Amino acid sequence: MARAVSTNRKITVTVIAWSIGFLIFFPILWTILTSFKTEAEAIASPPSFLFFEWTTENYGIVMERSNYFLHFMNSVVISVGSTLIGLLIAVPAAWSMAFVPGKNTKNVLMWMLSTKMLPPVGVLIPIYLIFKNVGLLDTRTGLVIVLTLINLPIIIWMLYTYFKEIPVDILEAARMDGANLRNEIIYILTPMAVPGIASTMLLNIILAWNEAFWTLNLTAANAAPLTAFIASYSSPEGLFYAKLSAASTMAIAPILIMGWFSQKQLVRGLTFGAVK
Amino acid sequence: MTIRLSTLLGATALCAVAGYASAQDTTITIATVNNGDMIRMQGLTDDFTAKNPDIAVEWVTLEENVLRQRVTTDVATKGGQYDVMTIGTYEVPIWGKQGWLVSLNDLPESYDADDILPAIRGGLTVDGEMYAAPFYGESSMVMYRTDLMEKAGLEMPEAPTWDFIKEAAAAMTDKDNEIYGICLRGKAGWGENMAFLTAMSNSYGARWFDENWQPQFDSDAWKATLTDYLELMNNYGPPGSSSNGFNENLSLFQTGKCGMWIDATVAASFVTNPTDSTVADKVGFALAPDKGLGKRGNWLWAWSLGIPAGTQKEEAAKKFIEWATSKEYLALVAEKEGWPNVPPGTRQSLYDNPEYQKVPFAAMTLQSINAADPTNPTVDPVPYTGVQFVAIPEFQGIGTAVGQQFSAALAGQMSAEDALAAAQTLTKREMTRAGYIK
Amino acid sequence: MSTQHSRSAARLMISPSVILLLAWMIIPLSLTLYFSFLRYNLLMPGANPFVGFENYTYFLTDPAFFTALTNTLLLVGGVLVITIIGGVLLALLLDQPMWGQGIVRILVIAPFFVMPTVSALVWKNMFMNPVNGLFAYMAKAVGLQPFDFLAVAPLASIIVIVSWQWLPFATLILLTAMQSLDSERLEAAEMDGAGPFARFFYMVVPHLSRAITVVILIQTIFLLSIFAEILVTTNGGPGNASTNLTYLVYAQSLLQFDVGGGSAGGVVAIILANIVAIFLMRMIGKNLDA
Repeated sequence: MARAVSTNRKITVTVIAWSIGFLIFFPILWTILTSFKTEAEAIASPPSFLFFEWTTENYGIVMERSNYFLHFMNSVVISVGSTLIGLLIAVPAAWSMAFVPGKNTKNVLMWMLSTKMLPPVGVLIPIYLIFKNVGLLDTRTGLVIVLTLINLPIIIWMLYTYFKEIPVDILEAARMDGANLRNEIIYILTPMAVPGIASTMLLNIILAWNEAFWTLNLTAANAAPLTAFIASYSSPEGLFYAKLSAASTMAIAPILIMGWFSQKQLVRGLTFGAVK
Repeated sequence: MTIRLSTLLGATALCAVAGYASAQDTTITIATVNNGDMIRMQGLTDDFTAKNPDIAVEWVTLEENVLRQRVTTDVATKGGQYDVMTIGTYEVPIWGKQGWLVSLNDLPESYDADDILPAIRGGLTVDGEMYAAPFYGESSMVMYRTDLMEKAGLEMPEAPTWDFIKEAAAAMTDKDNEIYGICLRGKAGWGENMAFLTAMSNSYGARWFDENWQPQFDSDAWKATLTDYLELMNNYGPPGSSSNGFNENLSLFQTGKCGMWIDATVAASFVTNPTDSTVADKVGFALAPDKGLGKRGNWLWAWSLGIPAGTQKEEAAKKFIEWATSKEYLALVAEKEGWPNVPPGTRQSLYDNPEYQKVPFAAMTLQSINAADPTNPTVDPVPYTGVQFVAIPEFQGIGTAVGQQFSAALAGQMSAEDALAAAQTLTKREMTRAGYIK
Repeated sequence: MSTQHSRSAARLMISPSVILLLAWMIIPLSLTLYFSFLRYNLLMPGANPFVGFENYTYFLTDPAFFTALTNTLLLVGGVLVITIIGGVLLALLLDQPMWGQGIVRILVIAPFFVMPTVSALVWKNMFMNPVNGLFAYMAKAVGLQPFDFLAVAPLASIIVIVSWQWLPFATLILLTAMQSLDSERLEAAEMDGAGPFARFFYMVVPHLSRAITVVILIQTIFLLSIFAEILVTTNGGPGNASTNLTYLVYAQSLLQFDVGGGSAGGVVAIILANIVAIFLMRMIGKNLDA
């Protein structure tokens, strides 16, 4: 903050920013509040904001009906697993594209991104048949494979933009000193790339956590993550706002908390690479 | 991070091992809808596993549309993900004909299959083989507010006509106090607005197809149906009715905003349940309306349990179905949750039970179910079976597309004539493509 | 600069991703392409005869096709415009000194973590519902007739929901870009008499152009295949008012289980998506070279 800011202006900015932040956050807040109401209270008119009888009965019902822990673990394994494997494949690829670019590097990159535009509904049946034949239906392995593949282009592309920001001179200098390719990667590149890798990882965990088409359609009882858990609370017969809110809160809370705690990482990585 | 992850994975592995250690001989996976009666069944699983200690049960409970998409994909590709599937009277005849389901004719004597209501059993039987056992059955009927009816100075006959419904809706509507004379389904979908409209059109003498599979949306009967429906809804219906399905209307009725609601008979137990409904003690029931043509506008549906052909666990699956659709199960629910919460509409013995006859909507439900005839749904002859649907594989797609047109008409985006013309064109197109129209 | 050695090493390193993605693309794609020429309905097993381009003809002459095409473009365009303009404004705001900046930032990025299905369900039922929704209540409180969002303005409502989900992403990227803007140069410009608008349009916007490119690229990829939000809120209706291409393909392949028709639709959607991609690359590819 190089220049002095008048207190008045700071107050105004603070008030505006807080109001907008509150507005944007409000739907989530409302969901959380509703999850503590009874079903009748949840659709009461006029709606009550804070002064209602708080109850945790919805959470009790949800815990009793669904194996939340199983779905939660599936979500964790699938999103973290697919992201880690994705990084393992993507780091070398992005490295070589950034530092040893060839004539076609750009085209290859764009082609990779375009595979992401494949509309999933159009290829569900073929994939379902393949998965059935190799026994991958309703397995975490199967979902890790699919999510790795659908997010790989994004991972590669993000890493590529980070790596490109790393000054080549340093690598040249290291090479002069006799560093081989392996050492180059381990000792020079990796430390510089860590913030970028970290924010790529976070972003992909979020994307994988929220992926709702493949995770829903390729699973049944064993590998179903939280997206399938939600599908058992949306629009049943009868009143459902409060139970749906409780289930929603439980489904988004882990990723929300992770996101909040790691937002500094996320932002630092972004500053470093893509958009500078 | 790595350390934490490995601990995590370790914990998962442990859980998995623990799971295997306690696993029984056979584990069956059951796919079901997240409706109240099924949730109750899930809650009573312990009773089944106590009686069958060698069978473990896994539940996959999904919202109706997602469930239908999942089980259909799985059964058609022989994916083998489920051992018991919850399906409706629309799927059973089609799947049965394809040989995708295991016949349930060999259930033991004690199961008493003859006790199942004939209208329901007929809908689940193909060429003498029963391919699914009904878990609960439903028709549709009029649910109305006795207090508002009285205030309007009218009396609901047991078997009203559409003209009376219109008159009553006009008299009950009080928009300033958010009371709408009539709530009907408007949300597009073959199982949503089209279920209601097709059933209504039957009472107007309309039909989907003539004997040569020519679509009939250009008929006067369909025009009268849609015009009356739109008139009712536009004048006396709640706002936003084009996105209202069963659920939306249920919460409207429960919060006292509807004078009348014509919908599934299972709704009766919800609207008379004092914990959720503010109008529980003011609800009356009547048969679905007619137009004096000898057919009523009520449908027939049964959520049923079937076994996909090719499962390795046929025996265990059969045991489960036998349990879940038995007389003993009905008694079990009655004992734990009271008679009004027993899954309705499947067995004659339930309606013969004097305890159940005390339930206010019992008689009307049975009468409505018996009034539906899937083989002769409307006035004129038709080449298909099904009251509120046409039991051909193409119907899901066509029905939903037509539903979209009618829903657009309700939202005021097009006129009734345009919606009918669009429905006629698109149905003809799809039927030609599918080879019905030569 | 690069030696033969490092070149082949590079090829070695890039090959796993290329091979995997090729396999991921080619196997389903060739199957889809193959199915698209068959009369193949999952619900009617039996011979699946070769029917040439019949599936394509039906898909392309479907009266809903053009509506779906325009809706797709409107949806992508609408969300991009809202999130970019909103994102720039929010980024400008959040870049100002204030109290509790960290907390505000947390509040603003939160929607990005919410599953699309959940956010659609919440918006539909608890906010936009014309009877029980919060908006309806607010309208009634000030004496207005509740507005039926999903029936009267379905596509606009979906654009709002999707924008809410993606606004945090755009804001985050734009904010980081904004923070790397040299504040001394801005001050110097201010000294030289440049007004706030001049500074914004001549200094901030050009500086943000690369960030905006990134936002457009990533969001377009995701927005082209928006599906869950439509399924949950409007089912593509009323009529076809909110049907996009992905939803049309869905209706064909998972509602009618017409694998042939759905595959043809899928192929059409892929071709169209690639056309969009090429345009996108042409338009903004330069920006990415930096």
